Amino acid sequence: MMDKRTAYDFISFQLNGQVVQTDLNAGERLSATLRDKMHSRDVKIGCDAGDCGACTVLIDGAPVCACLTPAHQAQGRSVETLSGLYLENEHAKNLADSFQNYGAAQCGICTPGMMVSAVSLLSKNPTPNADDVANALAGVLCRCTGYRKIIDAVVAVGTKTLPDDAQGHTGTGIRRLDGLQKVNGTEKFGDDVAPSDTLVIRVIRSPFHRAKFHFGDLETWTKENPGIETILTCADVKGENCFGVIPPFADQPVFAESEARFRGEAVAAVVGLARSIENFDESSFPVVWEEQPSSMSVFEAMRTDAPLLHQHRDGNVLCGGFVNRGVPDAALKNSYATVEGHFSTSFVEHAYIEPEAGFAQVRDGRVEIYACTQAPVMDLDELEKILGIDRTNIRIVPTSVGGGFGSKLDISIQPYLAIAALKTNKSVRITYSRTESMQSTTKRHPAEMSVRIGASQDGKLTGMVFNGLFNTGAYASWGPTVSNRVPVHASGPYLFTNYRAEAKGIHTNCPPSGAFRGFGVPQAAIAQESLFDELADKVGMDRLEFRLLNVLDNNDETVCGQVFAQGVGIRACFEALRPAWQTKRQEVEFFNSKNRVLKRGVGIAGGWYGCGNTSLPNPSTIKSGIRQDGTVVLHQGAMDIGQGANTVIAQIFATALGVPVHQLELIGPDTDVTPDAGKTSASRQTFVSGNAARLSAEALRKDILKLVNAAQNAQISIGQGEIIISDGDVIHRIDLALFTPDSESFVLRAQETYDPPTKPLDENGQGEPYAQFGYAAHLVVVEVDTAMGTTKPIKFIAAHDVGHAINPMLVEGQVHGGIAQGLGMALMEEYIPGRTENLHDYLIPTIGDIPPIETIIIEEPDVHGPFGAKGLGEHVLIPTAPALLNAIKDATGVRITQVPATPSRLRAAMRVQDEVKASG
Amino acid sequence: MPPEYFSPTYLDEAIELMASRSLDLVAGGTDFFPARGRAPVTRDILDITRLEGLRGIQISDGGVIHIGAATTWSDIAKADLPPAFIALQQAANEVGSIQIQNAGTIAGNLCNASPAADGIPPLLTLDAEIEVAGPLGVRRQALCDFITGVRQTTITSTELVIALHIKMPPAHTTSAFEKLGARKYMVISIAMTAVIIGLDETGYIDYARIAVGSCSPVAQRLLSLEADIIGLKISDVCVHLSHLEPLSPISDVRASNEFRSEVVKEQIYRALHKAIAHDG
Repeated sequence: MMDKRTAYDFISFQLNGQVVQTDLNAGERLSATLRDKMHSRDVKIGCDAGDCGACTVLIDGAPVCACLTPAHQAQGRSVETLSGLYLENEHAKNLADSFQNYGAAQCGICTPGMMVSAVSLLSKNPTPNADDVANALAGVLCRCTGYRKIIDAVVAVGTKTLPDDAQGHTGTGIRRLDGLQKVNGTEKFGDDVAPSDTLVIRVIRSPFHRAKFHFGDLETWTKENPGIETILTCADVKGENCFGVIPPFADQPVFAESEARFRGEAVAAVVGLARSIENFDESSFPVVWEEQPSSMSVFEAMRTDAPLLHQHRDGNVLCGGFVNRGVPDAALKNSYATVEGHFSTSFVEHAYIEPEAGFAQVRDGRVEIYACTQAPVMDLDELEKILGIDRTNIRIVPTSVGGGFGSKLDISIQPYLAIAALKTNKSVRITYSRTESMQSTTKRHPAEMSVRIGASQDGKLTGMVFNGLFNTGAYASWGPTVSNRVPVHASGPYLFTNYRAEAKGIHTNCPPSGAFRGFGVPQAAIAQESLFDELADKVGMDRLEFRLLNVLDNNDETVCGQVFAQGVGIRACFEALRPAWQTKRQEVEFFNSKNRVLKRGVGIAGGWYGCGNTSLPNPSTIKSGIRQDGTVVLHQGAMDIGQGANTVIAQIFATALGVPVHQLELIGPDTDVTPDAGKTSASRQTFVSGNAARLSAEALRKDILKLVNAAQNAQISIGQGEIIISDGDVIHRIDLALFTPDSESFVLRAQETYDPPTKPLDENGQGEPYAQFGYAAHLVVVEVDTAMGTTKPIKFIAAHDVGHAINPMLVEGQVHGGIAQGLGMALMEEYIPGRTENLHDYLIPTIGDIPPIETIIIEEPDVHGPFGAKGLGEHVLIPTAPALLNAIKDATGVRITQVPATPSRLRAAMRVQDEVKASG
Repeated sequence: MPPEYFSPTYLDEAIELMASRSLDLVAGGTDFFPARGRAPVTRDILDITRLEGLRGIQISDGGVIHIGAATTWSDIAKADLPPAFIALQQAANEVGSIQIQNAGTIAGNLCNASPAADGIPPLLTLDAEIEVAGPLGVRRQALCDFITGVRQTTITSTELVIALHIKMPPAHTTSAFEKLGARKYMVISIAMTAVIIGLDETGYIDYARIAVGSCSPVAQRLLSLEADIIGLKISDVCVHLSHLEPLSPISDVRASNEFRSEVVKEQIYRALHKAIAHDG
């Protein structure tokens, strides 16, 4: 008889065609085996629960989640991952091409899961249609692309070759310069860079929304647990145990000292050998909790008897923002028509598929942190304070970032890594679990907004009053920014001479609310654009024409009194939607006349967004140079978090220098070698870092031309060890061997800084907050199942004024991805601390939820933008949610004032409407 | 002693192991791992996926369909089964994603006993019987008795499910499954309904099985509704509140109880119409 204990502590299987063998622990996940023992780090872990599909591999040809597969089940089977398929499988090779052609990989973290799933589909059905693709790829979540490009790429696989434009200058939709590593499995994210033998950090977090705590005997506990190297607490924070992205408001401890203010707040960290941390039972950790009463909403936190989260912030008010212009109350009182409403939004989780991860080491007495981030130099600033060491002893080396959307602006894992590495003098690594990431990192602010807007009989806006309370959670994070941005933007891109807007950030015992694509503006737009529809209806005007009557034009004053003499593109955006607005409404009317339960509706909404910091300095610096061998080097310091900065900034630089973009060698934002290009935030990289790149290229070009006194329009060609300059009929050759390289091996170099011109806001919010705005208008058609309360968007048309589309393919990518996030916010996303801390209770859109999207690119050039370009990333999702709510109203007659508009909420509102009608 | 991983070939080995040790069972892993999170593995694990004869679907001469415990949802979705099983196959396509369906097993879905388990309402309408093996031999139990509460079944720590047995419903019956969630794919049901329906040659209902999930701790058959609609045309079916008495929908993060109740009524109508629409 065979051994009953089937001796499975050792298995043998085929990995990408090679027979491999490994030891196993009972209950080991295949994803861990592949990543940690087989070094197959192309298998990405996003949730460890089968919710995101990033870890999809093929076992005997069938796609499964490696995170849910007991590694023992691989015994004797064939396991294939993206990197192996890319080398051996024709479908995978074709997909790699197609994904790049369509921009189907943005950050790239879901790409292995998507491509492996697609290989499985193509092996059974080589010519799938869009529905086949959606069904086959539905198990993989993507937070960047909005899925449509992925569907297009799979449907078109093998049929299209996109010849890369030889120059790749601005205006051409070239493939991403960093695209190949995203589709062949070699991209290195935060969890992919650590050596496998480092110590591992596990953070101990509060299980309560608010709790006092004290530790037991940590020393004894450490001794009793073999393999545990040390424990970190606030006592190990040698500098300030306080951080925050806006220094005057910094208030968040690295480790709470005696009271945790939100569920998921860190109080300690255990550092130990990987195997010991795997076996570490968190409930055994010696900490005693005393739960305290907590405030979970702004209304609870503002009660006079509510405990203060921070003693110096009365009423739990973090801060406020204010804009006032004209006499809004009197104007509203005298208006022909006024509308008002109260609107509520929920916590929204960024839900990037890459949880925070990184590793740190101490080298030559310096601490080096390799981690995913949106803001390497801000990380450095924070660590300098926390560690209490000179910044020259800290190096931040950003890894690729598997999505950020604002949350990876704040530090998360960085202090634990740095403190642990310095304390142990060993290499350390950390990867957040999905739940830990959701509990502890920032969210979009839930908003409670009361708004009144008035209009004259002929439809001209007369005034607006906006009051918003924003749940900023336990710590400040970007709460002040949200409070400042909202009053400046709450008018939308419309002309108001009478306007008052006030926004306050209120502390609660919730996770800190921070930056999330739009900094509070998407919430405000829900209120304003919803009420615009109500107001248009009230004065009897077409909803689109009502907006066109009131949009800002060049030379109008914004609610801050700022005048743009050029570049105001909102009228063009709305006008671009007019044909569809007319035809879609006719189609919908016809559809509704034929259907009783399914009802369709058309919604529109507009939006604007100021690019860069609000009335604050916001510089970017770009360094470039030429080496003796003729290599053109661009120190591309603008973090590419999937949006495409590596490509866009390079295109701008190459255009200004006058060389093909593919010639450039890019060096990333390592703080030891690359100057600060600022944070990837506020839709500023194309605009601000793009300008710095342009200036750097222009300076380099000027220096080159000066060497031979060539004319400004001379052609530059940089080749093997020489620069050739064609100046009319004259050809100059500059032999680079004649130059002496500097300490960075450059023979020619340039470094330039751009800081957008803004002016401070006065006490009434009057001033020049931004050097440029970008503009957007969306139209959406929805189909509501009135019996079930479900809303199915069936078509988006999105018009975006980007000034100049540096890369039209990447512009479309931003539009699609922003719409997907706006749709999620409008229809399904609601983070509830303690309740929806994973990706099956917290729902983000799947591949089946995003309808076809038509992008209309408007190019109203901006004088400040590089080649006229404006920022885009955040603008996109501002009109999406209100357009959807307006479409739901159009379809059902019901105005939804609380998002997400879940089926349950929509039906509840419809029941109220039915009761009113019945009693009426 | 670190925990051990057992993956036996023969059922008696598995039974013996379960009798002698404290074990966690794993098959597809699709509930095992998410429930565990990062908690360390402290107990031995018994993997049942290599047990002989535990995977696959067979139809016996007596018209009984036998589904092995380790049969995956993909196996079920792809199987060639009569129309009374369409609801089960539609549910199979709704279990998580393809990745989950390729790994997750039918017995795992039952033993996990989630109120929102997609497989349970169709299996209730099929009057499935669960075959459980243990140290004292084999026992059979109706599914409706097997699941006793939220994540509770009658199974003991020394037993495992080895198969489901389903007596073939009448040949003229057909079925449908309706599921409501807040997104298209990979979604936990707010409410779901499975029906098997048979019409006589004049179009009157002569066979009805209706079960609802996600609206009570354990999915429920609506017996009074089944009885009341016999002899009616599908278009004359009217669901009254009293028919829904076996249900006790709750309000949670996904929906209100009120909403669940109204959705269930609509789902029943839709499932009935959907079932006869794909008949023949």
